[in-house]
Amino acid sequence: MTTTFIIVILLLGFLITFQIAKASEYVSVMRGEEKSRKQNNRINAFLLLAFLVLGLIGVYYNNERLGHKILQFGSAASNHGVDVDNMMYITLIITGIVFVITQVALFWFAYKYQESDERKAYYYPHNNKLEVIWTAIPAIVLTVMVGFGLFYWFRITGEAPKDAMVVEITGSQFKWEYRYPGKDKVLGKKFFKVINEGASNPLGQLWEDPANHDDIYVPPGDAMHLVVNKPVKLVINAKDVIHDVGLSHFRLKMDAVPGTPTTMWFTPTKTTADMKRELNDPEFVYEISCDQLCGQGHFKMRGTIIVESQEEYDLWMAKQKPKYYLAFPDREPGYKAKADTASKIAAVTQQPK
Amino acid sequence: MSNDANMHGHAEVITHHDVHHDEHHVHHHKETFITKYIFSQDHKTIGKQFLITGIVWAIIGGLFSVLFRLQLGFPEQTFPILETFFGKWAKGGVIQPEFYYALVTIHGTVLVFFVLTAGLSGTFANLLIPLQIGARDMASPFLNMLSYWFFFIASVIMFSSLFVHTGPASGGWTSYPPLSALHKAGDGSKIGMDLWLFSMAMFIVSSLLGGLNYIVTILNMRTKGMTMTRMPLTMWAILFTAILGVLSFPVLLSGAILLLFDRNLGTSFYLSDIYVAGQILPNEGGSAILFQHLFWFLGHPEVYIILLPAMGMVSEILSVNSRKPIFGYMAMVGSLFAIAILAFLVWAHHMFVTGLNPFLGAFFVLLTLLIAVPSAIKVFNWITTLWRGNIRFTPATLFAIGFVSLFISGGLTGLFLGNSTIDIHLHDTKFVVAHFHIVMGVASMFGMHAGIYHWFPKMFGRYLNNTLGYIHFWVTMIGAYLIFWPMHYEGLAGVPRRYLDVRDIWHSFDKFDSLNKMITVVSIIVFAMQLMFVFNFFYSIFKGRRVRTQNPWGSNTLEWTTPINPGHGNWPGEIPEVHRWAYDYGKDGREFIPQTEPVGPNESKDH
Repeated sequence: MTTTFIIVILLLGFLITFQIAKASEYVSVMRGEEKSRKQNNRINAFLLLAFLVLGLIGVYYNNERLGHKILQFGSAASNHGVDVDNMMYITLIITGIVFVITQVALFWFAYKYQESDERKAYYYPHNNKLEVIWTAIPAIVLTVMVGFGLFYWFRITGEAPKDAMVVEITGSQFKWEYRYPGKDKVLGKKFFKVINEGASNPLGQLWEDPANHDDIYVPPGDAMHLVVNKPVKLVINAKDVIHDVGLSHFRLKMDAVPGTPTTMWFTPTKTTADMKRELNDPEFVYEISCDQLCGQGHFKMRGTIIVESQEEYDLWMAKQKPKYYLAFPDREPGYKAKADTASKIAAVTQQPK
Repeated sequence: MSNDANMHGHAEVITHHDVHHDEHHVHHHKETFITKYIFSQDHKTIGKQFLITGIVWAIIGGLFSVLFRLQLGFPEQTFPILETFFGKWAKGGVIQPEFYYALVTIHGTVLVFFVLTAGLSGTFANLLIPLQIGARDMASPFLNMLSYWFFFIASVIMFSSLFVHTGPASGGWTSYPPLSALHKAGDGSKIGMDLWLFSMAMFIVSSLLGGLNYIVTILNMRTKGMTMTRMPLTMWAILFTAILGVLSFPVLLSGAILLLFDRNLGTSFYLSDIYVAGQILPNEGGSAILFQHLFWFLGHPEVYIILLPAMGMVSEILSVNSRKPIFGYMAMVGSLFAIAILAFLVWAHHMFVTGLNPFLGAFFVLLTLLIAVPSAIKVFNWITTLWRGNIRFTPATLFAIGFVSLFISGGLTGLFLGNSTIDIHLHDTKFVVAHFHIVMGVASMFGMHAGIYHWFPKMFGRYLNNTLGYIHFWVTMIGAYLIFWPMHYEGLAGVPRRYLDVRDIWHSFDKFDSLNKMITVVSIIVFAMQLMFVFNFFYSIFKGRRVRTQNPWGSNTLEWTTPINPGHGNWPGEIPEVHRWAYDYGKDGREFIPQTEPVGPNESKDH
């Protein structure tokens, strides 16, 4: 019903506007085209000025309304995020100044130099000095921006510190899975052809590699746990199509590409609890958003991260059991075989090749 | 009329023109409806064909954006009418995710390629090149006609893909593999994707045929006295556009063909280590990122293919209507050239977060931000062109001023995204959507509207309704800023693009309800306004106020020396000779001095 109503209203508006426009054309012919043309000119010149003024007020008003909803500059929750925020700040100031100057000049000149019988246009085809100046100034300003940008960029993309913990994150339609290297601090080898989501090997770990035996697997839905102020290097994989690990609170992002692992490191500087307090939001959670279109479930491909103290992390880690023992319960130290499950175990052991 | 004789050189062109004139008359008496309006070889008719096809696509693409905006603005509501029209795609009146992604994909594809490439370049290159350089037609009118018909075939294929059982392509207008390569990755990666690729291949053929023709015509068929530096800036812009297209579109074609192989012949150009929908694929050794390099090697120049013609037309229109020469003609040409060169060297700035070597990324940051220098020159020169002018605000002028305003706004946000340090945060957020819609989409659309309002009298011998033109401008201008300016804030909050619903799923992104509603309402109004423009367009072709004078805008360029309704061949007599550049406005106290007027003995030398 409302749809029909809206369509009818639109149609009516359409008709009325058209009739007015048509009538105005006849009126202008009757009144003398030159006269009404000049009147239109004055009206539009005034509107351009009004647009400038209202537009600048609108920019301010918009910022009042929405400014508090964005990720505040300077509130980044990682070391690299601080660099990103600084760069945004520098860029915002420079572009802001240019924006105001050029828009004001554009609309003000348009208004001021509207057609008038008293004035003749000034023949002014070029001025080399002026042009050199406004080539040189942007070039210098841009050099500054590129300089800062690259300084931060190399800091962000440089080698991860030696003591960084390593976490593997794997994307697939439409979930995130995580793997920790365990006590040996080495992620075991994987091969995509042994992936078997149904039978305890969702990542394709090669069980003959002993480095895999203590690797901890964290299933989709569970959070990735990180330690505050401890550098972390993410090893990023994808199983099917390209995904992207988007960490907006850390101001970072990296694609997950099938067949080509990527990495990204950072140091989280605020625990989840810190953020809850800072944002005054008891529900706060660090979210991992998929930022590369990956299919129809793209918009709900969500992961979460918990940043906590070393003690809390250790406590959590102590509760995790290596995937290897879930796949081969009989090989877990202290395992006692039960007769009724023996056949199941046999079935599972035959899986990896 | 054989134009091949004209290819040999400039001197010959002139001697041949007289001969042409006679041939031309004999030739054109036997025109039928089909040769005149359908399989026409007249560049003006082909231009109109591109324009009208472009308008049809713009309506489809625009309508799609209204549909997905409904979902974004009112995710909690149902629209039963949608189910009536789209059946299972809008089950229960709710736009399904597959449908949403198909809508955004087709919206992007048709607006970028069919409207702002074919509809913009195709229209104005065809219409203006022969008219502004003083030629009877394109170098090869037949190839020119083929160019349109390949575009038509591409359109038919793309349109048919909307009706296949599994729906059209839905991997985004960039169609990154493996998503676009794997049938199992989703409905949109099935037959719709093949049709998309075939359509793009046809489109590329079309734009290559057109582009080669534009280049050859501009270089070889200028009338006597029309040296390169006397050409209007529209010609320079179209020349650079065509060169960009000819050099970069073939790369996309190769990318598309390899993708077709991967999809249907079992090759592994883009595929490796894939486990999809519970199945292990045999492909090994390919690189998914390779496609992105091939795609963006076209994709970035494509942005300038869209933007440059708009810049050229805006330069021309601003100069004519401020009754003042364009400021810094050579700097304008030079900056177009610089933009065209740099356009080839910045493609990887779309790929900062793909795992690209950071050292390589550094060069792309440098080259990307470098584009701001020629862009700044252009903006300053446009503003200086307005300074101390005597400006007439025709709808075309207003759209040209709007173009400059939008180009500034969108260009400046490019300085955020081109800097990899910021891109690593803002990449693929709504900030990007806001940025490229303002600077490429809406700005170029403004350039196109400016061109249509300005040259409509030349195309059809009638005017568009002026009042509707003003209303059209103001609603579109205000609407464009209302839609895209606040969208930057969503991006700054980290909201990713291509998320059709954030309620109950995302804690960080679910806070822009009322903003999204406002944007949707405004975009419906703006879309309705464009429909009104389309109505004005077709109404005025038949019923518009007639053009009574040959040169209604008091313009210097050659197209206004033709009759009000020029026939095939453009000038009934000899092709006029050119004696000066196109921008002698306000010189020596005279309002304008057409290019055809010889330089007087007492005329001041300065230009």
